[in-house]
Amino acid sequence: MEKPRIAIHKFTSCDGCQLAFLHLGEDLLDLAEKVDIVHFVEMGPINPLAKVDVAYIEGSISTPEEKERIQHIRTNSRYVITIGACATAGGIQALRNLGNTQEWMKAIYATPDTISTLNTSTAISDHIKVDFEIYGCPVNTQQILASLLSVLNKVNPTASKDKVCLECKRLGYTCVMVTKGEPCMGPVTHTGCGALCPSVGRACYACYGPAENTNTASFTQWLSSLGLSDAEIARRFLFIQNNAPAFKEAGLKLRTKKKP
Amino acid sequence: MTDSFKDLSIPIIARVEGEGALHLQIRDNAIQSLALSIYEPPRLFEKFLEGRSANEVVDAVARICGICPVAYQMSATHAVEHIFEMSITPWIHDMRRLFYCGEWMESHGLHIHLLAAPDFLKYPSVIAMAKDHPEVVKRGMHLHRLGLDLMSLLGKRSVHPVGACVGGFYAAPKPSAVKTVLTEFKRSLPLAEELVQWSASLPLAKSTQTFTSVSLRHPHEYPMNAGRIVSDQGLDIDISEFDQHLKESQVPYSTALQCHLHGKPYLVGPLARLNLNFDRLPSAVHTVLDRCKITFPTQNMFHSIVARSVEIYYAMLEAIRIMENYVEPTAPCVPLTPRAGIGFGCTEAPRGLLWHRYAFNAAGLVTSSRIVPPTSQNQARIEEDLRQSLMHYGLDHSDADLRLHSEMVIRNYDPCISCSTHFLTLKVKRW
Repeated sequence: MEKPRIAIHKFTSCDGCQLAFLHLGEDLLDLAEKVDIVHFVEMGPINPLAKVDVAYIEGSISTPEEKERIQHIRTNSRYVITIGACATAGGIQALRNLGNTQEWMKAIYATPDTISTLNTSTAISDHIKVDFEIYGCPVNTQQILASLLSVLNKVNPTASKDKVCLECKRLGYTCVMVTKGEPCMGPVTHTGCGALCPSVGRACYACYGPAENTNTASFTQWLSSLGLSDAEIARRFLFIQNNAPAFKEAGLKLRTKKKP
Repeated sequence: MTDSFKDLSIPIIARVEGEGALHLQIRDNAIQSLALSIYEPPRLFEKFLEGRSANEVVDAVARICGICPVAYQMSATHAVEHIFEMSITPWIHDMRRLFYCGEWMESHGLHIHLLAAPDFLKYPSVIAMAKDHPEVVKRGMHLHRLGLDLMSLLGKRSVHPVGACVGGFYAAPKPSAVKTVLTEFKRSLPLAEELVQWSASLPLAKSTQTFTSVSLRHPHEYPMNAGRIVSDQGLDIDISEFDQHLKESQVPYSTALQCHLHGKPYLVGPLARLNLNFDRLPSAVHTVLDRCKITFPTQNMFHSIVARSVEIYYAMLEAIRIMENYVEPTAPCVPLTPRAGIGFGCTEAPRGLLWHRYAFNAAGLVTSSRIVPPTSQNQARIEEDLRQSLMHYGLDHSDADLRLHSEMVIRNYDPCISCSTHFLTLKVKRW
């Protein structure tokens, strides 16, 4: 039987999510026994137009070339999985969507005209149909392997829809919001990280993005009652996952709110 | 007809972090033009850091690079502490070193085994190499794993760790957790010694060039978090004077800025560090190197893989030293009081000097920032090296050979194209 073929593609990103593969260690060798990794530039194989069973996409769309490249990948891939905050929500670099990209380019580059870039950084799902999204900045190895095993066994992958709060409680960590008044984003953030920030006594900064059915309005009140200004609360929503719809809406509402 | 022109191009460089290409034009057996083009899309970090608070900066800059987030966090936190006039405790100093040891092992381990070694042993990738050299790959992956464990000890995860803050760490690891990692490090130390000897025995090209090495230098430590910026040509400056000597400029074919020292290319990274700080290494490292045929300082860029192995061995020794003396502190960080001002942070990322400059206002928010990553500093040196290396290698080689040789030269620098903002495509044009 022919081995399933997988590809790992990079768009605008820090390379951190594809490390979930490279950090597998010896398990990477086992994985390569079970599947054919036909395109993975950082590991060696280059075949961007290969037909594959599963394509993993890291990174956001921020250049005209990327906008075009993602279309070919969709055509050539049976199942497309996006990994990380950049691919699922545009990444921290989507903060340009709220700023002035052209002005920013001029501030950094002497001759910005020689660099081709879009005014926005957007999620892959804004451009093509995505079959499954894995949230997190960065995603971790367990999430990736679970998704791959599901697809290879011809079932749709699933992910917990819980909030970080629930994971934190299950792990028995002391609540940093209740005991220390820390502006923890756990109540509105998607689970999957292992509640790492509360485990070191710090507030979650929402790097796994918004959870399902978040009550951002009520949560904003909570943060206000802890003494945070509207601008400070807006910055917490508009950070790593700034372009995820629930956070973007909550953050912009605070930014445009009239001073009482 | 004797006039010949050739355009060779590598459109995608494999086994580097990020997106880059090489354009090469050859006329009459001479290089007519050569351009290393980094086409990693710009992400504009320096602009969106504006208006952010100090600890937001620490979490944000980690996102510049998935492979060396600790370096970004360290340069940033030192810069902020400079502005806020904070001084850290000896415990924090040691833990930052320990954190950095983990990142050097992770980054160098990945580079040596997954990116560089397949070149020297003539395999397309680590997967193919592992079939014939399973012990080499397993040893490498084990040492790499130990690096990840060390990063997680202090940062809870190895990519975008969450443990570091301005002034130190959010929490101190429990002595029992430190002991678990320490035991594994002690058990595995002989593997790192073997790694140094193995890397020195690889069939490395004998090719020396004239270049300037630049790194931090500290009065008594092998440099990681602190020191003055020095070169082997007499440069010796405070990190705040970086701008007066090292200048960034844009070339039209690349999204990464190029940095020059007094108008000339220079080298940063493990080889430069070792060249300038060999005397700062403990005798155990000297003893292992005495048994190898390679001596430092060296002007052979192919010795970079040995330099990385040496730094893995050193990082293990240093981590063991720190963990053996570990005691839980009264506080894992010093308190922060924002103030307005300008500050600098410069630390040794796995790939070399990483310089940050920030200005903060009295409210404790960033008003401007500048970040100079190692790859932008090495970019001009890579081009200079390629010109010399390819001439020395012989331009009459086949396109495939020229491409492989170019890639090997480039990989010596472990370019982190994501950082510089990454990917090699060779385009050779000849007539």
